[in-house]
Amino acid sequence: MDFTLKIWRQKNSGEKGKFVNYKVGNVSSDSSFLEMLDVLNEELILKNEEPVAFDHDCREGICGCCSLYINGRPHGPDELITVCQLHMRKFKDGDSIVIEPWRARPFPVIKDLIVDRTAFDKILMEGGFVSVNTGNAPDAHAVPVPKQNADLAFDAAACIGCGACVAACKNASAMLFVSAKVSQFALLPQGRVEAKERVRAMVAKMDELGFGSCSNTGACEAECPKGISLTNIARINREFIKAGSA
Amino acid sequence: MVKLNSKIPAGPLAEKWTNYKAGQNLVNPANKRKLDIIVVGTGLAGASAAASLGEMGFNVKSFCYQDSPRRAHSIAAQGGINAAKNYQNDGDSVYRLFYDTIKGGDYRSRESNVYRLAEVSNSIIDQCVAQGVPFARDYGGYLVNRSFGGAQVSRTFYAKGQTGQQLLLGAFSALMRQVKLGSVEIFPRTEMHDLVIIDGKARGIITRDLITGKIERHFAHAVVLATGGYGNTYYLSTMAMGANVSAAWMSYKRGAYFGNPCFVQIHPTCIPVHGDNQSKLTLMSESLRNDGRIWVPKNLEDAKKVQKGELKAIDIPEENRDYYLERRYPAFGNLVPRDVASRAAKERCDEGHGVGSTGLAVYLDFKDAIKRQGQKAIEEKYGNLFQMYEKIVDQNPYTSPMMIYPAIHYAMGGLWVDYELQTTIPGLFAIGEANFSDHGANRLGASALMQGLADGYFVLPYTIQNYLASDIRTAKIPTNTPEFDEAEKNVRAKMEGLLKIQGKTTVDTFHKRLGKIMWDHVGMARNKEGLQKAIDQIKALRLEFWTDVKVPGKLDEMNTELEKATRVADFLEMGELMARDALQREESCGGHFREEYQTPEGEALRDDENCTFVSAWEHKGATQEPALHKEDLNFEFIEVKQRNYK
Repeated sequence: MDFTLKIWRQKNSGEKGKFVNYKVGNVSSDSSFLEMLDVLNEELILKNEEPVAFDHDCREGICGCCSLYINGRPHGPDELITVCQLHMRKFKDGDSIVIEPWRARPFPVIKDLIVDRTAFDKILMEGGFVSVNTGNAPDAHAVPVPKQNADLAFDAAACIGCGACVAACKNASAMLFVSAKVSQFALLPQGRVEAKERVRAMVAKMDELGFGSCSNTGACEAECPKGISLTNIARINREFIKAGSA
Repeated sequence: MVKLNSKIPAGPLAEKWTNYKAGQNLVNPANKRKLDIIVVGTGLAGASAAASLGEMGFNVKSFCYQDSPRRAHSIAAQGGINAAKNYQNDGDSVYRLFYDTIKGGDYRSRESNVYRLAEVSNSIIDQCVAQGVPFARDYGGYLVNRSFGGAQVSRTFYAKGQTGQQLLLGAFSALMRQVKLGSVEIFPRTEMHDLVIIDGKARGIITRDLITGKIERHFAHAVVLATGGYGNTYYLSTMAMGANVSAAWMSYKRGAYFGNPCFVQIHPTCIPVHGDNQSKLTLMSESLRNDGRIWVPKNLEDAKKVQKGELKAIDIPEENRDYYLERRYPAFGNLVPRDVASRAAKERCDEGHGVGSTGLAVYLDFKDAIKRQGQKAIEEKYGNLFQMYEKIVDQNPYTSPMMIYPAIHYAMGGLWVDYELQTTIPGLFAIGEANFSDHGANRLGASALMQGLADGYFVLPYTIQNYLASDIRTAKIPTNTPEFDEAEKNVRAKMEGLLKIQGKTTVDTFHKRLGKIMWDHVGMARNKEGLQKAIDQIKALRLEFWTDVKVPGKLDEMNTELEKATRVADFLEMGELMARDALQREESCGGHFREEYQTPEGEALRDDENCTFVSAWEHKGATQEPALHKEDLNFEFIEVKQRNYK
């Protein structure tokens, strides 16, 4: 298969970027999207041009590194997958494909398609944990957890922190990401102890870092590769109101 | 020459760890504040160690090459984590978990370490639950278990097919809490490139900031490597793209011995290679072998037609199918251990019976299971795996059989460590997959997560104190000493050397060629001639690499090709050591199958009299061959037996 790629190139965070067109040919329809970019990069290197920088690591949809905005959609034209799980058979031979980095002010571009997502870790640092030191724990069966809550907590905890929700949102809101973590702990007895402080601190940090407001359009849920549900946002709102002001 | 001292505590097996803890030296809280520890890697072992050491009061610096510690490759582990809780009341115990692990490792691991692993396994589950890890539960609210290969009990705790992710996010949350509290400082997108040794002790590391390209120096009283395995030496594997051996390899070159480098695990159920541009292999969980039947066409003509696309699997009648695992191993059938299943698939494909366009695949067929249990039941058990398969291969596994083939998955070998997880360099520790210690020649499913967290939460935080207790008077050493100068110069020389070559061949091309040599000669079946050939070919390839590689860009900027080049340069040396180790081990055991050493039926043949040892390799410089040391394994508490699955 042959493609025309329109790729965002930016030397570093300080310089202005621009779109550059590339042709790539002889791509197997069984190749993944990132393998197609590998082919392009091999050609660029041999032509003495700089290869395109993009984030990737596990290439099986779980590490959350890959973060490409393809033809106007985070992770491209398929459902419940990350870019590394997107295959070229989802495109037509001869297609033009536009590839951009996540576009959100709290995720500044580092180079080409690589963005800085440390803002997510900064939010987690404020309360995305249970304060339990190694060795403190009672027997795992000391506190039973209703299966329904355990399952919902798992569904929320399945978030891979890729940032597609922020990239999809017109306001660059991080509500789906933050609500998933808050929900996971709110649903478990181990997390209830610090529930109030957690939601207050994480929401405050999210606002401070420049993520926008949630207006419940649901774009985040539609583009989430792990199917994190919008009900988590309802839950964080409830938790936030319950927590009251400090 | 350093004499290998494994420092196994005296006393009966079940009391060794207790005795060790009772007698070890501790560091008091005021002194902990004065001591710095570097932890490289943030997978299960690294994140849990860094968090625990921070909680204890040490000053910790935590490094990872990913953009966030949460993305380390432990995140991709699917199946589960073992522990001897015996919640199922099915006869499990610490002793049984210990015994299964030793036997599964084909009697090539250290008894005392494995017993301790089984002993602390229960505390891991307690800790993770307290952290809010959402393990699977039953309607009563209690934890459920499933069973894995090599065990007769159900002792595997899990969180759907994402157990590694949930455990890593648990350890990561503990780590982030310490970052907030100021006891741990994290350095993401930072890669270790050399170890600094001062007066014989590990005292720091040299790193490169992957965003700015800046080379930096870091001091610590002790250095912990939690840098994972070296599976990417083979290019194609189930590892993450960035996973590499460089930190361990540079430490080896600085004097740490490398243990059992030839022991790698090849997982039988992965999605086969589709073409030359493939970058990565995807695992399909071992659990599929509970219901899937593995077969290839009995007739060579049928196999040829299938490879050309002229014949479909479903059109091959039952009598022309060879269910070779059921045929060869009637007692265990499709559930033989990973090493046995992998070799049997290779044997059939080598004989020309393989399927798929490359002929390097076998069928995993759910037809009978669907007929027996109904499609809905199969969907409930394996739905997410079937969906993943369909996304990648574009075939519906409910109607036509899956195609699978073995792939490199895990390194049992690693830096040699003693009972305290200390390498042969004082002050340098290795934990998790980066060390060699617990899995012998073959790792059982769901034991990698157990070992990573055991080392990080419950073993290293104790043993490292025994070392640091004698270091409380050592003030912080400034990073302008000649030793730091020399190490930084070494790193710069390597990178500038790579950038200067400007040859005609890309890094990936070399990596793929190395991978092919490794897979052909140091893969599932090895022999003397092939291994000698591999050593020569790797040497030649290394020479070619250092004269013809093309690395674009500069040192002092983000340069993903330079990152790859430094890693591949080390794989090109690592591969040779793996081949050497495979050559000297004149027996077949676990993942190491030497064709010369097999029974008349083609099964692995151990040589317990001559080969019950851990090989520990010492680097002797670039021009000399490495020296082999042996740690004899003494089985005091277990009777060594031949494994039999017929």
